[in-house]
Amino acid sequence: MEVLKIATAGSVDDGKSTLIGRILYDTKSLTSDKLKAIEDKSEQLGYDYLDFSLATDGLMAEREQGITIDVAHIYFSTKKKSYIIADTPGHVEYTRNMVTGASTSQASIVLIDARKGVIEQTNRHFFINNLLRIKDVVVAINKMDLVDYSEETYNKIKADFSELMSKRDYQDQKITFIPVSALKGDNVVNKSDKMPWYTGDALLQHLEDLDKNDVFNVGTPRFPVQYVIRPKTEDFHDFRGYAGKVYGGELSVGDDIMVLPSKTRSKIKDIYFYDEKYQTASRRSSVTITLENDINVSRGDMIVKDGDLPTIDKQFTANVCWMDSENLTVGGKYIVQHGVNKVLAKVDRINHKINPDYSGIDKEATSLGVNDIASVSFKLNKPIFFDQFKNHRTNGSFILIDPQSNNTVGAGFIQ
Amino acid sequence: MNKDTSSINSLENEAIYIMREVAAQFEKPVLLFSGGKDSITLVRLAVKAFYPAKVPFPLMHIDTGHNFPETIEFRDRLVKELGLELIVRNVQDSIDEGKVKEESGRYASRNMLQTTTLLDAIEEFKFDACIGGARRDEEKARAKERIFSVRDDFGQWDEKNQRPELFDMLNGDIEHGQNVRVFPISNWTELDVWSYIEKENIEIPSIYFAHKRKVFLRDGMIWSAEDGIVYRDDNEEVLEKMVRFRTVGDMSCTAAVLSDAVSISKVVEEIRDSTISERGARIDDKRSEAAMEKRKQQGYF
Ligand SMILES: Nc1nc2c(ncn2[C@@H]2O[C@H](COP(=O)(O)OP(=O)(O)OP(=O)(O)O)[C@@H](O)[C@H]2O)c(=O)[nH]1
Ligand SMILES: [Mg+2]
Repeated sequence: MEVLKIATAGSVDDGKSTLIGRILYDTKSLTSDKLKAIEDKSEQLGYDYLDFSLATDGLMAEREQGITIDVAHIYFSTKKKSYIIADTPGHVEYTRNMVTGASTSQASIVLIDARKGVIEQTNRHFFINNLLRIKDVVVAINKMDLVDYSEETYNKIKADFSELMSKRDYQDQKITFIPVSALKGDNVVNKSDKMPWYTGDALLQHLEDLDKNDVFNVGTPRFPVQYVIRPKTEDFHDFRGYAGKVYGGELSVGDDIMVLPSKTRSKIKDIYFYDEKYQTASRRSSVTITLENDINVSRGDMIVKDGDLPTIDKQFTANVCWMDSENLTVGGKYIVQHGVNKVLAKVDRINHKINPDYSGIDKEATSLGVNDIASVSFKLNKPIFFDQFKNHRTNGSFILIDPQSNNTVGAGFIQ
Repeated sequence: MNKDTSSINSLENEAIYIMREVAAQFEKPVLLFSGGKDSITLVRLAVKAFYPAKVPFPLMHIDTGHNFPETIEFRDRLVKELGLELIVRNVQDSIDEGKVKEESGRYASRNMLQTTTLLDAIEEFKFDACIGGARRDEEKARAKERIFSVRDDFGQWDEKNQRPELFDMLNGDIEHGQNVRVFPISNWTELDVWSYIEKENIEIPSIYFAHKRKVFLRDGMIWSAEDGIVYRDDNEEVLEKMVRFRTVGDMSCTAAVLSDAVSISKVVEEIRDSTISERGARIDDKRSEAAMEKRKQQGYF
């Protein structure tokens, strides 16, 4: 069965968690005990309706404050697809958790409160979705019940949002507008009869019909070596296997390859998945590869097809989402984790900060605060082997780790 | 039946990737083994991840002393067959040493007490990564877990301040004394686990299949009346029923469900049609609305 990973986005209280709870309810994905728990809690809170956000807001603090703090991953399936939905927080303070949820998603639902329209956090989340090159975005204009299901309101918001869209960097991103009421269930799983002026599909139907797009895998094959397998048993005395996940394209037995950074050439001898040998390792499979020649390969090295090399360099420029309360500064030292490879990096330059509403850039910035997005140049103590993010989603992205706190403090997209 | 296994394949590839990251990034990892279907699945994934080498970390069982005898038997046979190393630490020892106090009354359980024994064992062996079989679909607080989840020196989970976890890059950098809980099957549902067990033909303890058992009813749930571990009032009548267990935690907090599923394929069918969640039969979650979150904060799996 096809798996579709989706993330929600949008400002605080726009109804993201309610929407997901509503989808679960209307697709009968809530088991009787979970539904009972929602009924009881809603009653205890004095509501005369079911608060569906309780299906995903699982932390005590979230339930008390009525907001989402961290991503919840929710699973349900229809006859056609199995869905993994990341319910992300709208609150600015937790933007890092929104990026966490969105980073592995193929599609995203940006919610807008019909009473409020496009606001700053809508801009930021849309910008991040575009930066992540998420292929399909649904703009769900929510709480239509509170604006009398007005077509005019819907059109106004759509027009405002379209203005934002026209400036986006990744223009191939597909955007679909749907007017919904998460609370009442209009156009969520079932088509609403309150908005005859809307002729498109309900949200779930739209998701069901999305093309299977393998956004993570476009590009050429890259095989970062994760772990070297040396059994040293009698049966496998000389076995030396390179374990890792195949990204971007396929690798086959007999392929001429090159190992980076040494640029040693060899051929793929065998491809193992557990105790079986395969002719081809498909994308995203976790295999073990053996080579014809006995060469020195270790974790962090990369196996690529000969003649199809990534950029090998000790410096690069990237768009960075900064996520830490401590500022990023020029000259600051961080660890760049690029796939499974970790190298020490120094911030060489902050080229410019980017306003997430596409209103321009700030070339004077000397440091980045939490939630800032900027183009930053780094120098590394060792070369890494990368592609541009727009050509290779996995080999063009990295995270930044603060060597003092060990925290993940930023995400980057190589330009 | 739906024989399409592409989603289970991608989950398997993801889990194997995570296992390998653990082996590469940590010095002393351990796989927490409870004897249940999720940890048996983890063992299978670990074996596949490192073939033809042996699994480069031991298993550890925190034995509450209230386990189903079938699971202990199964555990010992499994490690022997696969040539794995097994460490066992007993809650009884923590009780005898006066570190924890046995609960009493109708709902007495050793499930909470496990945490102390676990944290002590982590310290004793200086484990820096503990692989567990928790899944996000199990419970609302678990839905918030990262794959690499950092615990402080006291084993505690800081749920409001988790590290961002982007793409499939796992940051295992920690300070001395901290450890990371790792959840390779985070994205699996209960049905995925059962489908995998079926597909891989993995052996599991017999209590997961329907069998005749002496039971009694309380709070609308079915409790085992065998082995004398679950407290039973004299007026709670013992009946014989066809039941099976959906999870095999500590006997004192795991209720049975009525079932006639005697084979894996029947179990898969039953789970698919089930209208109650897996943890619906776990009394430890029913203690309060936030029972799981509180236990996790204190260092529970
Ligand atoms: N009338 C009406 N109320 C709604 C609708 N959707 C959500 N709400 C209400 O709006 C409030 C916020 O909803 P949530 O689902 O918690 O919002 P959220 O976007 O998840 O918020 P954060 O996660 O904190 O960013 C709740 O009181 C909901 O009941 C809707 O379609 N109509
Ligand atoms: Mg929410």
